[in-house]
Amino acid sequence: MAEPILRVSGLVAGYGGADVLRGLDMEVAPGEIVAVLGSNGVGKTTLNKTLSGVLRPRAGTIRFDGRDIHAQPPQDIVAAGLIHVPEGRKIFPDMSVRENLELGSYRRARANRSANLERVFQVFPRLRERTAQRAGTLSGGEQQMLAIGRGLMAEPRLLILDEPSLGLSPLLVEEMFGLVRTLNTDGLSILLVEQNVMQSLDLAHRAYVLENGAFVLSGQGADLARNPELEKAYLGL
Amino acid sequence: MFAPDIILAAVLNGLMTGAVYALTAVGLTLVYGVLHIINFAHGAILTAAMFAAYFAWKAGIDPYIAVFGLAPLFFGAGYAVQRYVIGPSSHGEDRNILLVTLGLSIVIENALLAGFRSDTRTIDVPYGFSVIDLGFTFLSVPRVVAFGASCAAAALLWGILTRTDTGKAIRAVAKEKLGASLVGIDVAHVYAVTFGLGAACLAVAACLLLPTFYVHPRVGNAYVLVAFTIVVLGGMGSVPGALIGGLFIGVVESLSGLFLGESLGQIGIFLIFILVLLVRPTGLFGARA
Ligand SMILES: Nc1ncnc2c1ncn2[C@@H]1O[C@H](COP(=O)(O)OP(=O)(O)OP(=O)(O)O)[C@@H](O)[C@H]1O
Ligand SMILES: [Mg+2]
Repeated sequence: MAEPILRVSGLVAGYGGADVLRGLDMEVAPGEIVAVLGSNGVGKTTLNKTLSGVLRPRAGTIRFDGRDIHAQPPQDIVAAGLIHVPEGRKIFPDMSVRENLELGSYRRARANRSANLERVFQVFPRLRERTAQRAGTLSGGEQQMLAIGRGLMAEPRLLILDEPSLGLSPLLVEEMFGLVRTLNTDGLSILLVEQNVMQSLDLAHRAYVLENGAFVLSGQGADLARNPELEKAYLGL
Repeated sequence: MFAPDIILAAVLNGLMTGAVYALTAVGLTLVYGVLHIINFAHGAILTAAMFAAYFAWKAGIDPYIAVFGLAPLFFGAGYAVQRYVIGPSSHGEDRNILLVTLGLSIVIENALLAGFRSDTRTIDVPYGFSVIDLGFTFLSVPRVVAFGASCAAAALLWGILTRTDTGKAIRAVAKEKLGASLVGIDVAHVYAVTFGLGAACLAVAACLLLPTFYVHPRVGNAYVLVAFTIVVLGGMGSVPGALIGGLFIGVVESLSGLFLGESLGQIGIFLIFILVLLVRPTGLFGARA
């Protein structure tokens, strides 16, 4: 494997008195799609928040693109190109679609703002028709497009997508997985957290399965899909 | 009844007072909208700014000139206080921020009392009693200047909030802190900029008030009560609401002064305040929830 773009070792994180993540090791190679799977509440979002610096790790190291980032504030991590599209979209509801996208390049790639805006509109033509609309009035699917578009505005080197298909119609879920594949074909490394297990394993090069604060399974997507342990881990049996 | 031109004159005077009211309210509402706290030090900062303008005048600098130095100075001081005092000492708890700003107001007020006693001071500028003759009434020049400058300051603030990346970051943090962090906005910095902008508005207001008002270690409190009324009236956190609400309150005060007598002028304000709380608690210009 090439020198990984993301390397996590011994990562411990949590809230208050409890550790949610109890020593995670993982890697993402450049150009890879890596899926993180696990049932509700195991800590997938917690992992993403720790990677993007909004939650401080209690132990362990996070190395991104040759630099240790586990002690850095979120804005420095964004500046380095690790972009996290959060669960629940977290767009700016009373700002226009255009302003939301512009803020995507607040910290990074500001000089390429207009070129990237054009690129995002090519990926999501629906957003182009709605540049002046208040983001809070977009449909759920459009809001998800906006959240991803906002992430792309920063020219990510690694894109973290936390449940991008949540709440989308089956057709749009299909579209979303197609989009992830396209972005990846263009060379983007992606860390994907998803509920659609089989679809994710089909798409991802590799995957990790999180249970009880640790990765209990990992490997090639196709191999994991056939692994009987997967169902066990997933259902918590 | 009063003749129409007397009423018109009262409305004009009310608008002029109201513009300065709006300026004192806009910082309060901005800080509320972004940090989600009531800044209890607001009145004390206004007082401090009036003292600063007073001593600038003593040193030979006219308030209308001093404003160009004091506004940036108070921006910087406000920034530093939020970034290095209020922010770190609150540990992210809104309740603590509230107490810290309350403490700050007590410190400022008592430092001013200790330093300058409770004497009332006024300044004497050549244009202090100049008037413009409109035919049916006279307008005081310093109040016309205050009106124009308040409108200009409000327009500048509006431009910052809607046109610049920093302004957009402020609006982003106000509604979606996590989303803001994840696009690389430094939330602590934005908080401090917001607090600084609020303090700068007060510095401008102080320089505009000084030629026609007095200075006293508690002078800010009179304004803060009105400012708070305006903030509630305009919808907590709404900048346009505070601007329109300020003008509105100025006119209400002036008209109720006319009809009820000068000393009862402020009663109209509080009647409206209570009515709004009863009928439309989200404010006349209803900030969205
Ligand atoms: N801010 C918080 N404070 C305290 N506990 C939290 C906080 N956020 C999450 N938790 C807890 O941490 C655990 C992991 O939550 P997390 O959101 O990371 O799960 P998840 O794997 O993303 O779940 P889902 O699939 O439902 O999104 C849960 O038990 C949750 O209740
Ligand atoms: Mg989650």
